[in-house]
Amino acid sequence: MEQKTSAPADTSTPVQTGVGTMGHIWDGIEELNNPLPRWWLWTFYACIIWAVGYWFFYPAIPLVSSYTKGLLGWQSRTQIELDMAELKAMRSGMTTKIEATELADIEKSPELLSFARAQGSAAFAVNCAPCHGAGAQGFKGYPNLNDDDWIWGGKAEDILTTIKHGVRWEQDSDSRSGVMPAFGRDGLLNRKEIATVADYVLSLSGLPVDKAADLAAGTALYAANCAACHGDTGKGNQEMGAPNLSDKVWLYGSDKAAVMERITIGGGGVMPAWSNRLDAATMKSLAVYVHTLGGGK
Amino acid sequence: MSVPTSASFDPHSDEPDLPLYEARKQIYPQSVTGTYRRIKWIILAVTLGIYYILPFIRWDRGPNAPNQAVLIDMPHRRAYFFFIEIWPQEVYYLTGLLILAAMALFLMNALAGRIWCGYLCPQTVWTDLFMAVERLIEGDRRERMQRDAGPFTLEVFALKLLKHTFWLLIAWWTGGAWVLYFDDAPTLVMQLLTFQGSATAYISIFVLTFTTYTFAGLMREQICLYACPWPRIQAALTDEHALNVTYRYDRGEQRMSVKKAAALRAAGEPVGDCIDCQQCVAVCPTGVDIRNGPTLGCIQCGLCIDACDDVMTKIHRPTRLIAYDTDVNIKRRQSGLPNIFKPFRARTFLYAFVISVVGGMMVYQLATRAPSTITVIHDRNPVYVKLSDGRIRNAYSVRIANMLNDPRTYSFKVLGMDKAQVDIIGAEHASQGELFIEVGPDQTRELRVLVTHDNDDKRGAPVALYFEIRDELDGRLAVGKDFFRTPNTVH
Repeated sequence: MEQKTSAPADTSTPVQTGVGTMGHIWDGIEELNNPLPRWWLWTFYACIIWAVGYWFFYPAIPLVSSYTKGLLGWQSRTQIELDMAELKAMRSGMTTKIEATELADIEKSPELLSFARAQGSAAFAVNCAPCHGAGAQGFKGYPNLNDDDWIWGGKAEDILTTIKHGVRWEQDSDSRSGVMPAFGRDGLLNRKEIATVADYVLSLSGLPVDKAADLAAGTALYAANCAACHGDTGKGNQEMGAPNLSDKVWLYGSDKAAVMERITIGGGGVMPAWSNRLDAATMKSLAVYVHTLGGGK
Repeated sequence: MSVPTSASFDPHSDEPDLPLYEARKQIYPQSVTGTYRRIKWIILAVTLGIYYILPFIRWDRGPNAPNQAVLIDMPHRRAYFFFIEIWPQEVYYLTGLLILAAMALFLMNALAGRIWCGYLCPQTVWTDLFMAVERLIEGDRRERMQRDAGPFTLEVFALKLLKHTFWLLIAWWTGGAWVLYFDDAPTLVMQLLTFQGSATAYISIFVLTFTTYTFAGLMREQICLYACPWPRIQAALTDEHALNVTYRYDRGEQRMSVKKAAALRAAGEPVGDCIDCQQCVAVCPTGVDIRNGPTLGCIQCGLCIDACDDVMTKIHRPTRLIAYDTDVNIKRRQSGLPNIFKPFRARTFLYAFVISVVGGMMVYQLATRAPSTITVIHDRNPVYVKLSDGRIRNAYSVRIANMLNDPRTYSFKVLGMDKAQVDIIGAEHASQGELFIEVGPDQTRELRVLVTHDNDDKRGAPVALYFEIRDELDGRLAVGKDFFRTPNTVH
């Protein structure tokens, strides 16, 4: 086959490829007009048909204030609900046992205990850690659940009740209630009296006190104002949620300024009631988890 | 004005362009008998026999463990090999095995070239098997070539169908045997046959059937030439003293016909033994000519040696015109020097040394494997807890692993700090103040351990604690170490 090349033979058929060029030359560069590969082309057509079908069968096109729902009625929300139901069914073997067993018996059975601790630990991380800390160590004003100092009772049943109904949670009528008066803010005690009683309270737990503190006056003030809730010797009262003032654990800090601040503004922390948001098995697992952190009674 | 567009490709130049793609030529290897053919048959029978039969071998490990000798139990995360049981944290044995395998390959190469390629590689073994099936059904080389060149009759179609059916059958059993290593073989076979097997099993079998059939039946030498990295690595690994299948051109050249050779020999002229019968090319499974020297395609299976020996015997010339030899020796013979063989050289010593060291380490590790272990992890958050009476408590997650096949009871002690109070959440029978933990067979158990102590160390250095478990049955000890921390140590 003889084909001599000459000057602009734009659409001449080159010897080797047998394919014509597109007809343009850019800076001496030409482009061969090779056909699209057949496999690619038909895959492309198939994708177009698939896309059009997709528009009809699945949610696809946003409208001004809604969207086309698609003929199959598929919703990602329904998928999630199905997944959650499947998860619940998968767990139901153990969760029905947890629901049917007393807390004390759960702790005696190694199988139930390990399941409850695992489920409790997971639920704790999601629901409780924001306030109580990832390791339940607490912060100022949020109790440390690892220690053996309990405001509302450290038995497993007490813990479960606290989880179910919360503390000072307005929406739950069974919530733990009991509020410390604001002695300073409401004018029940003046600043000097607050300082005096604070010294006495510090002495109750063996903390160092100013040498110039008037403990006798503090005792009298304490008996008149504080003993009703916190007890004559400061041992506290779990019915009213009055903490034990004579131990080594302090929720708001053990320096004199912190104690004075507490007496001045009173009040108390708030904990949500979880009975509306968690199911019974999860709450029982949480109770077991917290109870077995080490400080449970 | 047409300007040359690039140095290598100009569509308007009339110089022919070299094709970059060479179409595959069908190879028709001829059957051959001889030493190396026999060796290959034996190795094929042994390796395939092991592969297909091993999953069915039983090994009793007691009622609590599977009784298959070789089993990789993915759901329960155990690997069993006869009396050896490997847990996931011991996967370094697999690393060791891979190192040993690599070193063994290098050593084989340093001693005798591409032994792996010619005799042991699964591609070679299965291709050899498929070629044998093909020869059985369609006949030997000439018969196949004639049939393929002739018209496509019903007989041709029937033979090809039969051949491909058998190939698919073998490929299917290959995939089937693979999955039997991952589950109890007899049970799984029944499940697969009654369509109760898992999707994973069926998909694996399908994939392996497809790949075996394609690689061994359709692609054959294309794998060696294009797909496998090993030929290229072998070429880089070998040296001048490794034995390779070599055409002894010092003896074979100048090649000439039998009659001409006889005439020249009678006249006392130098004569080459090669008569250009092309038998070495005819039997080669990859279709190369060994007389061109070692190439990428020559897998050194030794079949050309057998073919040439056959012909040499027939024309009453000495055998081993092609043999396992080295280029060094060819040069030495040409200079009149005697042959030298150096199997013991630095390279082979080094490989053998590494093999013995790694193998020795693995054997030692396996022999001294502790059947029970304890691991201790300190609570990270909080590091310590101050109790209402001022004492300090540290909490630990302790995991005890019982790697034996029967349940064990361990006594538990924490040493390192006197007057420390030790509690375990959910611990069973404390007798005489001792704590006892039961762990089931081949299981682990996690415990929460609390250690409480007075906060009387003002210096606050962390105190080392030793968590000791003692197997009540055989008295073996395992110890885990961690620390006790107080507010004074944590900053």
